Amino acid sequence: MIKSIWHWIQRFSSPKHFYGMSAKLIPWFTVSALLVGLYGLYLGLFVAPTDYQQGESYRIIFIHVPAAWMSLFVYMVMAISSGIGIIWQIRLADMVAAASAPIGASFAFLALVTGSLWGKPMWGAYWVWDARLTSELILLFLYFGYMALQSAIEDQRSADKASGLLAIVGVVNITIIHYSVEWWNTLHQGATVAKFDKPSMHIDMLIPLLLMALAFKLFYAAVVLVRTRNEALYRDRNRRWVRELINEL
Amino acid sequence: MNWSEFFHMGGYAFYVWTSYALTLVIVVANIVSPLLQRRKIIARIKRAIKRENIELAKSHE
Repeated sequence: MIKSIWHWIQRFSSPKHFYGMSAKLIPWFTVSALLVGLYGLYLGLFVAPTDYQQGESYRIIFIHVPAAWMSLFVYMVMAISSGIGIIWQIRLADMVAAASAPIGASFAFLALVTGSLWGKPMWGAYWVWDARLTSELILLFLYFGYMALQSAIEDQRSADKASGLLAIVGVVNITIIHYSVEWWNTLHQGATVAKFDKPSMHIDMLIPLLLMALAFKLFYAAVVLVRTRNEALYRDRNRRWVRELINEL
Repeated sequence: MNWSEFFHMGGYAFYVWTSYALTLVIVVANIVSPLLQRRKIIARIKRAIKRENIELAKSHE
Protein backbone atom coordinates (compact mmCIF):
# COMPACT_ATOMS: atom_id res chain seq x y z
CA MET A 1 0.00 0.00 0.00
CA ILE A 2 2.63 2.49 1.13
CA LYS A 3 4.86 1.28 -1.66
CA SER A 4 2.22 1.94 -4.31
CA ILE A 5 1.57 5.43 -2.90
CA TRP A 6 5.30 6.07 -3.06
CA HIS A 7 5.42 4.95 -6.69
CA TRP A 8 2.46 7.17 -7.47
CA ILE A 9 4.16 10.19 -5.84
CA GLN A 10 7.36 9.52 -7.73
CA ARG A 11 5.55 9.24 -11.02
CA PHE A 12 3.60 12.45 -10.59
CA SER A 13 6.50 14.39 -9.18
CA SER A 14 8.79 13.55 -12.07
CA PRO A 15 9.81 16.82 -13.75
CA LYS A 16 8.80 15.41 -17.12
CA HIS A 17 5.28 14.58 -15.98
CA PHE A 18 4.98 17.94 -14.23
CA TYR A 19 6.13 19.78 -17.34
CA GLY A 20 3.34 18.29 -19.42
CA MET A 21 0.62 18.67 -16.82
CA SER A 22 1.45 22.24 -15.76
CA ALA A 23 1.05 23.51 -19.33
CA LYS A 24 -2.67 22.80 -19.08
CA LEU A 25 -3.09 24.49 -15.69
CA ILE A 26 -1.33 27.80 -16.37
CA PRO A 27 -4.00 29.35 -18.66
CA TRP A 28 -6.74 28.56 -16.11
CA PHE A 29 -4.87 30.19 -13.24
CA THR A 30 -3.97 33.20 -15.37
CA VAL A 31 -7.50 33.88 -16.58
CA SER A 32 -9.11 33.35 -13.17
CA ALA A 33 -6.51 35.60 -11.49
CA LEU A 34 -7.31 38.33 -14.00
CA LEU A 35 -11.09 38.02 -13.63
CA VAL A 36 -11.09 37.84 -9.82
CA GLY A 37 -8.53 40.66 -9.65
CA LEU A 38 -10.51 42.99 -11.91
CA TYR A 39 -13.73 42.36 -10.00
CA GLY A 40 -11.91 42.87 -6.69
CA LEU A 41 -10.41 46.14 -7.94
CA TYR A 42 -13.81 47.34 -9.13
CA LEU A 43 -15.40 46.61 -5.76
CA GLY A 44 -12.43 48.00 -3.84
CA LEU A 45 -12.06 51.26 -5.75
CA PHE A 46 -15.67 52.06 -6.74
CA VAL A 47 -18.07 50.24 -4.43
CA ALA A 48 -16.37 50.03 -1.00
CA PRO A 49 -17.35 52.99 1.20
CA THR A 50 -14.93 55.66 2.40
CA ASP A 51 -13.36 54.87 5.78
CA TYR A 52 -14.64 57.12 8.56
CA GLN A 53 -11.15 57.54 10.07
CA GLN A 54 -8.70 57.16 7.21
CA GLY A 55 -10.74 58.60 4.34
CA GLU A 56 -9.77 57.26 0.90
CA SER A 57 -6.18 56.43 1.90
CA TYR A 58 -7.33 53.10 3.33
CA ARG A 59 -7.89 51.82 -0.24
CA ILE A 60 -4.21 50.85 -0.21
CA ILE A 61 -5.38 47.95 1.99
CA PHE A 62 -6.69 46.07 -1.06
CA ILE A 63 -3.14 45.53 -2.28
CA HIS A 64 -1.09 45.96 0.88
CA VAL A 65 -2.76 43.19 2.90
CA PRO A 66 -2.95 40.60 0.07
CA ALA A 67 0.72 41.30 -0.74
CA ALA A 68 1.70 40.87 2.91
CA TRP A 69 -0.36 37.67 3.27
CA MET A 70 1.21 36.29 0.10
CA SER A 71 4.72 37.12 1.28
CA LEU A 72 4.03 34.82 4.27
CA PHE A 73 2.16 32.17 2.29
CA VAL A 74 4.84 31.89 -0.40
CA TYR A 75 7.49 31.66 2.30
CA MET A 76 5.67 28.72 3.89
CA VAL A 77 5.38 27.03 0.49
CA MET A 78 9.12 27.57 0.02
CA ALA A 79 10.03 26.23 3.47
CA ILE A 80 7.71 23.19 3.28
CA SER A 81 8.83 22.24 -0.24
CA SER A 82 12.45 22.64 0.86
CA GLY A 83 11.73 20.26 3.73
CA ILE A 84 10.10 17.74 1.38
CA GLY A 85 13.07 18.07 -0.95
CA ILE A 86 15.57 17.49 1.85
CA ILE A 87 13.75 14.62 3.58
CA TRP A 88 12.27 12.66 0.67
CA GLN A 89 14.60 13.95 -2.05
CA ILE A 90 11.76 14.82 -4.37
CA ARG A 91 13.42 17.01 -6.98
CA LEU A 92 10.20 18.72 -8.00
CA ALA A 93 9.81 20.06 -4.43
CA ASP A 94 13.25 21.70 -4.61
CA MET A 95 12.27 23.22 -7.94
CA VAL A 96 9.05 24.65 -6.48
CA ALA A 97 11.01 26.16 -3.58
CA ALA A 98 13.57 27.77 -5.88
CA ALA A 99 10.79 29.03 -8.17
CA SER A 100 8.89 30.57 -5.25
CA ALA A 101 11.72 32.69 -3.83
CA PRO A 102 11.74 35.58 -6.34
CA ILE A 103 7.93 35.76 -6.37
CA GLY A 104 7.76 35.82 -2.58
CA ALA A 105 10.47 38.47 -2.48
CA SER A 106 8.46 40.64 -4.87
CA PHE A 107 5.36 40.32 -2.64
CA ALA A 108 7.36 41.19 0.48
CA PHE A 109 8.81 44.22 -1.30
CA LEU A 110 5.33 45.30 -2.43
CA ALA A 111 3.95 44.88 1.10
CA LEU A 112 6.76 47.01 2.53
CA VAL A 113 6.49 49.84 -0.01
CA THR A 114 2.69 50.05 -0.04
CA GLY A 115 2.79 49.93 3.76
CA SER A 116 5.24 52.77 3.74
CA LEU A 117 3.02 54.75 1.34
CA TRP A 118 0.10 54.14 3.68
CA GLY A 119 2.13 54.92 6.80
CA LYS A 120 3.20 58.36 5.64
CA PRO A 121 -0.27 59.99 5.60
CA MET A 122 -1.56 57.95 8.59
CA TRP A 123 1.41 57.80 10.98
CA GLY A 124 3.37 60.74 9.59
CA ALA A 125 6.42 58.66 8.61
CA TYR A 126 7.36 56.44 5.70
CA TRP A 127 9.23 54.12 8.01
CA VAL A 128 9.41 53.34 11.71
CA TRP A 129 11.49 50.58 13.32
CA ASP A 130 8.38 48.87 14.53
CA ALA A 131 8.23 45.11 15.24
CA ARG A 132 5.85 44.32 12.36
CA LEU A 133 7.76 46.37 9.79
CA THR A 134 11.17 45.17 10.91
CA SER A 135 10.19 41.48 10.87
CA GLU A 136 8.69 41.91 7.37
CA LEU A 137 11.95 43.51 6.23
CA ILE A 138 13.82 40.50 7.65
CA LEU A 139 11.48 38.30 5.61
CA LEU A 140 12.59 40.11 2.44
CA PHE A 141 16.23 39.54 3.42
CA LEU A 142 15.51 35.84 4.05
CA TYR A 143 14.21 35.59 0.48
CA PHE A 144 17.36 37.34 -0.76
CA GLY A 145 19.51 35.01 1.33
CA TYR A 146 17.78 31.96 -0.18
CA MET A 147 18.31 33.29 -3.71
CA ALA A 148 21.95 34.19 -3.01
CA LEU A 149 22.69 30.68 -1.70
CA GLN A 150 20.95 29.14 -4.72
CA SER A 151 23.07 31.06 -7.19
CA ALA A 152 26.34 30.94 -5.22
CA ILE A 153 26.59 27.15 -4.79
CA GLU A 154 27.55 25.35 -7.98
CA ASP A 155 26.34 21.85 -7.09
CA GLN A 156 22.54 21.88 -7.31
CA ARG A 157 21.89 19.38 -4.52
CA SER A 158 24.14 21.21 -2.07
CA ALA A 159 22.53 24.51 -3.10
CA ASP A 160 19.06 23.09 -2.42
CA LYS A 161 20.16 21.73 0.95
CA ALA A 162 21.82 24.95 2.13
CA SER A 163 19.13 27.33 0.92
CA GLY A 164 16.40 24.94 2.08
CA LEU A 165 17.87 24.86 5.57
CA LEU A 166 17.90 28.65 5.66
CA ALA A 167 14.27 28.70 4.55
CA ILE A 168 13.25 26.23 7.28
CA VAL A 169 15.09 28.08 10.05
CA GLY A 170 13.55 31.34 8.82
CA VAL A 171 10.04 30.04 9.59
CA VAL A 172 10.64 31.39 13.12
CA ASN A 173 10.41 34.85 11.59
CA ILE A 174 6.96 34.05 10.14
CA THR A 175 5.70 33.42 13.68
CA ILE A 176 7.29 36.67 14.82
CA ILE A 177 5.61 38.62 11.99
CA HIS A 178 2.24 37.11 12.82
CA TYR A 179 2.36 37.81 16.56
CA SER A 180 4.42 41.02 16.38
CA VAL A 181 1.30 43.19 16.74
CA GLU A 182 0.35 41.32 19.94
CA TRP A 183 3.75 40.83 21.56
CA TRP A 184 4.94 44.38 21.15
CA ASN A 185 3.23 47.74 21.33
CA THR A 186 3.38 48.68 17.70
CA LEU A 187 2.08 51.42 15.48
CA HIS A 188 0.88 48.78 13.08
CA GLN A 189 -2.75 47.91 13.68
CA GLY A 190 -3.70 44.47 14.95
CA ALA A 191 -5.47 41.74 13.02
CA THR A 192 -8.82 42.76 11.57
CA VAL A 193 -9.61 39.68 9.50
CA ALA A 194 -7.64 36.63 10.68
CA LYS A 195 -8.90 36.28 14.21
CA PHE A 196 -11.37 34.11 16.07
CA ASP A 197 -13.84 36.89 16.69
CA LYS A 198 -15.73 38.03 13.63
CA PRO A 199 -13.73 40.38 11.36
CA SER A 200 -13.96 44.00 12.53
CA MET A 201 -14.42 45.32 9.05
CA HIS A 202 -17.35 46.49 6.95
CA ILE A 203 -18.55 43.67 4.69
CA ASP A 204 -18.26 45.94 1.59
CA MET A 205 -14.57 46.39 2.41
CA LEU A 206 -13.99 42.79 3.46
CA ILE A 207 -15.29 41.21 0.23
CA PRO A 208 -12.96 43.11 -2.16
CA LEU A 209 -10.07 42.46 0.24
CA LEU A 210 -10.71 38.70 0.17
CA LEU A 211 -11.20 38.78 -3.63
CA MET A 212 -7.87 40.55 -4.08
CA ALA A 213 -6.20 38.03 -1.79
CA LEU A 214 -7.65 35.21 -3.93
CA ALA A 215 -6.49 36.97 -7.12
CA PHE A 216 -2.94 37.27 -5.74
CA LYS A 217 -2.98 33.58 -4.82
CA LEU A 218 -4.15 32.53 -8.31
CA PHE A 219 -1.52 34.81 -9.85
CA TYR A 220 1.17 33.19 -7.72
CA ALA A 221 -0.05 29.75 -8.81
CA ALA A 222 0.32 30.70 -12.48
CA VAL A 223 3.74 32.33 -12.07
CA VAL A 224 5.19 29.60 -9.84
CA LEU A 225 4.18 26.98 -12.42
CA VAL A 226 5.95 28.88 -15.21
CA ARG A 227 9.05 29.31 -13.03
CA THR A 228 9.05 25.67 -11.90
CA ARG A 229 8.89 24.63 -15.57
CA ASN A 230 11.97 26.77 -16.18
CA GLU A 231 13.74 25.08 -13.25
CA ALA A 232 12.78 21.66 -14.65
CA LEU A 233 14.14 22.51 -18.11
CA TYR A 234 17.37 23.93 -16.72
CA ARG A 235 18.10 21.24 -14.15
CA ASP A 236 17.26 18.41 -16.53
CA ARG A 237 19.06 20.05 -19.47
CA ASN A 238 21.18 16.95 -20.02
CA ARG A 239 18.34 14.47 -19.73
CA ARG A 240 16.61 12.89 -22.65
CA TRP A 241 13.11 14.30 -22.15
CA VAL A 242 14.41 17.89 -22.26
CA ARG A 243 16.61 17.17 -25.28
CA GLU A 244 13.68 15.67 -27.17
CA LEU A 245 11.46 18.56 -26.18
CA ILE A 246 13.98 21.20 -27.29
CA ASN A 247 14.60 19.43 -30.58
CA GLU A 248 10.90 19.64 -31.32
CA LEU A 249 10.79 23.40 -30.71
CA MET B 1 -18.96 60.67 -7.78
CA ASN B 2 -17.20 61.99 -10.89
CA TRP B 3 -13.84 60.96 -12.33
CA SER B 4 -11.75 63.91 -11.09
CA GLU B 5 -13.05 63.25 -7.60
CA PHE B 6 -12.16 59.59 -8.04
CA PHE B 7 -8.60 60.35 -9.10
CA HIS B 8 -8.25 62.88 -6.29
CA MET B 9 -8.81 60.10 -3.70
CA GLY B 10 -9.83 62.57 -1.05
CA GLY B 11 -6.39 64.19 -1.13
CA TYR B 12 -4.48 60.90 -0.88
CA ALA B 13 -4.02 60.52 -4.66
CA PHE B 14 -0.20 60.34 -4.49
CA TYR B 15 -0.12 57.55 -1.90
CA VAL B 16 -2.99 55.51 -3.32
CA TRP B 17 -2.01 55.72 -7.00
CA THR B 18 1.70 55.20 -6.40
CA SER B 19 0.77 52.01 -4.52
CA TYR B 20 -1.46 50.78 -7.33
CA ALA B 21 1.08 51.73 -10.01
CA LEU B 22 3.83 49.87 -8.18
CA THR B 23 1.56 46.82 -7.91
CA LEU B 24 1.11 46.91 -11.69
CA VAL B 25 4.90 47.10 -12.15
CA ILE B 26 5.45 44.12 -9.83
CA VAL B 27 2.74 42.09 -11.59
CA VAL B 28 4.18 42.83 -15.05
CA ALA B 29 7.72 42.05 -13.86
CA ASN B 30 6.50 38.72 -12.45
CA ILE B 31 5.04 37.87 -15.86
CA VAL B 32 7.90 39.08 -18.07
CA SER B 33 10.85 37.82 -16.04
CA PRO B 34 10.06 34.06 -16.16
CA LEU B 35 9.21 34.30 -19.87
CA LEU B 36 12.62 35.87 -20.61
CA GLN B 37 14.27 33.29 -18.37
CA ARG B 38 12.56 30.52 -20.36
CA ARG B 39 13.86 31.90 -23.66
CA LYS B 40 17.38 32.12 -22.25
CA ILE B 41 17.32 28.54 -20.95
CA ILE B 42 16.01 27.15 -24.25
CA ALA B 43 18.64 29.07 -26.23
CA ARG B 44 21.35 27.78 -23.91
CA ILE B 45 20.26 24.15 -24.29
CA LYS B 46 20.05 24.54 -28.09
CA ARG B 47 23.62 25.87 -28.15
CA ALA B 48 24.78 22.93 -26.03
CA ILE B 49 23.13 20.46 -28.40
CA LYS B 50 24.78 22.12 -31.40
CA ARG B 51 28.20 22.06 -29.73
CA GLU B 52 27.84 18.40 -28.83
CA ASN B 53 26.80 17.50 -32.37
CA ILE B 54 29.89 19.25 -33.77
CA GLU B 55 32.14 17.44 -31.29
CA LEU B 56 30.46 14.15 -32.12
CA ALA B 57 31.04 14.71 -35.87
CA LYS B 58 34.70 15.60 -35.22
CA SER B 59 35.33 12.46 -33.22
CA HIS B 60 34.02 10.40 -36.12
CA GLU B 61 36.38 11.95 -38.66
